[in-house]
Amino acid sequence: MLRPSDERNSTILAYILRRFAILILSLLIAAVVLFVLLRLLPGDPANALLSVGADQQQIEAAREQVGSNLPLWEQFLRFVGSLARFDLGTSFVSGKPVIEEIAARLTVTVPLALMGFALAVAIAVPLGILSAVKAHRWYGAAISTVSQLGIAIPVFWVGILLVTVFAVNLRLFPSGGYPRRGWQNEGQVLYALALPVLTIGLVMAASLIRYIRSATQDVLGSNYLRTARALGASFSQALIRHGIRNGAVPIVSILGIELATTLLGAVVVERVFALPGLGSMLLLAIEQRDYPNVQGVLFISTLLVLLIGFAADLFQRLIDPRLRERATGAAT
Amino acid sequence: MTSLDLSTDRPARRHSLSLSIGLALVGLNVVVAILTLFWTPYDPLNASGGRLEAPSLLHWVGTDRLGRDYLTQIVIGARTALIVGTGAVAIGASIGVTLGILAAFATRLLDDVMAATLDILIAFPTLLLAMLVVAASDSASLWSAILALGLAISAIVARLTRILAKRVLRQDYIIASRTSGTSWLGVVVRHVLPNIWPTLSVNFALQFGLAVIAEASLSYLGLGAPPPNASWGRLLQEAQGTVYTAPVGAIAPGIALVALVIGMNLLADGLRDVGDPTRGRTR
Repeated sequence: MLRPSDERNSTILAYILRRFAILILSLLIAAVVLFVLLRLLPGDPANALLSVGADQQQIEAAREQVGSNLPLWEQFLRFVGSLARFDLGTSFVSGKPVIEEIAARLTVTVPLALMGFALAVAIAVPLGILSAVKAHRWYGAAISTVSQLGIAIPVFWVGILLVTVFAVNLRLFPSGGYPRRGWQNEGQVLYALALPVLTIGLVMAASLIRYIRSATQDVLGSNYLRTARALGASFSQALIRHGIRNGAVPIVSILGIELATTLLGAVVVERVFALPGLGSMLLLAIEQRDYPNVQGVLFISTLLVLLIGFAADLFQRLIDPRLRERATGAAT
Repeated sequence: MTSLDLSTDRPARRHSLSLSIGLALVGLNVVVAILTLFWTPYDPLNASGGRLEAPSLLHWVGTDRLGRDYLTQIVIGARTALIVGTGAVAIGASIGVTLGILAAFATRLLDDVMAATLDILIAFPTLLLAMLVVAASDSASLWSAILALGLAISAIVARLTRILAKRVLRQDYIIASRTSGTSWLGVVVRHVLPNIWPTLSVNFALQFGLAVIAEASLSYLGLGAPPPNASWGRLLQEAQGTVYTAPVGAIAPGIALVALVIGMNLLADGLRDVGDPTRGRTR
């Protein structure tokens, strides 16, 4: 006979396994979507290897090399097989392995997204809760108004405005660019990323504040909070003991989506500040019709986004008292 | 149990204010957009003054680097933005709400498959999906952007609808309603939709704004609809290069865009209270 805690653990384990199966299934669907999308792009990928006026024999050789002469299902199997081995091919343009270039680009994009995300959470959580709890005070209303303004501003415009203020007028930070040696020169990297991180952090914080404010208001109007107050808990005690746990549940999944979006939403910010990240790699690859690069960036970014979603779901499951209760009930 | 009404302690007067300001901002945009079909201050395609002129009585926002009137291009941009926002949200809402409700009612396996598929679609951020569609279609057009943005929105809406609808379906009053003989369709119309609408409408407004912003971003990246389709994003991109000599050009289209998006958000805030079944009875 299982003790309650064992039972709970095995339920969570079952959930993790089920969610992992969904993750794998998701990756397969992603592979299909990717495969179909790339076949929709105009032109034979073999063309990229050929010079103008290539004869039939050269065309055949190129198609052989790229694999576009094979039947579709065989191309698909090859495609999935190589994805599973993280073999993303070589770039048509630079001739280097795609995965290497992606790895180099990730050292720009991932820190940029994570620092922007951290800044946004640091701004949004306290301000969001404050604006809900103190909705009647002037600063509560002011926070809501500013966050409304914030979600309406395109990220590149925020970037341009920040450049105008901090790079052109105050001359505090560079208006763009990235040190050639990358993270070997940490100080310079952080210096180069300061304005991009600020841009992402501010824009993301504005939308997060709204969600956190809504969740807090949800909690404030709830019966369990009223009950806790009736039982003698002070307002802040009740909010901390019951409010945060319940209010955090919807926020976790929104945080997951936001982090994922930021990761590739960085494409615009990278363009504004001329950063050599994943987004600018994709933009360049689309312009140059460099299919292996397009495909590689999309696969890796999809993988990252799915992993973030997976983590967010597990975390949400662990902290939500209601979902946990239901899962236990279903298992017994 | 948690109601989805998020505004229990806000004074009621603020909502009507939101509604009025929102209506005014969006209404202004609509009027201007319709007006451009018949009349614009100047010819949008030909020079009507010197290059990069400062704002004056003749050219309220100055001229661009080809000497074309800047205000004319901004008001035409209003039309583009409205078409993009409306089209994308219409596509996204109709597909998204239907899929989300179906997923909430589906068997566990089907629900999992739908949830996983939605995750995949969301895994392609709006902007990326739009970039791909633009890349796939040899000539970039406004419609390919709208379709791509609409599809991206539909995934987000479906996911949200599914989560919200499942929360509602777990309530006791659903059992009560079913026991008293209401069909599932009746439950959806009478209980699920009114309960999830407040949160959904806020999301639609956000998505409208995001679609307008995403189109502007595409244009900023050089992947938008080609000229003569004026887009605020392209105007801003062109103005970024001349921000030191003509700063107004880098500000005015941004203000127009922000005004429209804020207007939509305020409008939704106001509309939310009208569509909320818990309001009026509790206060």
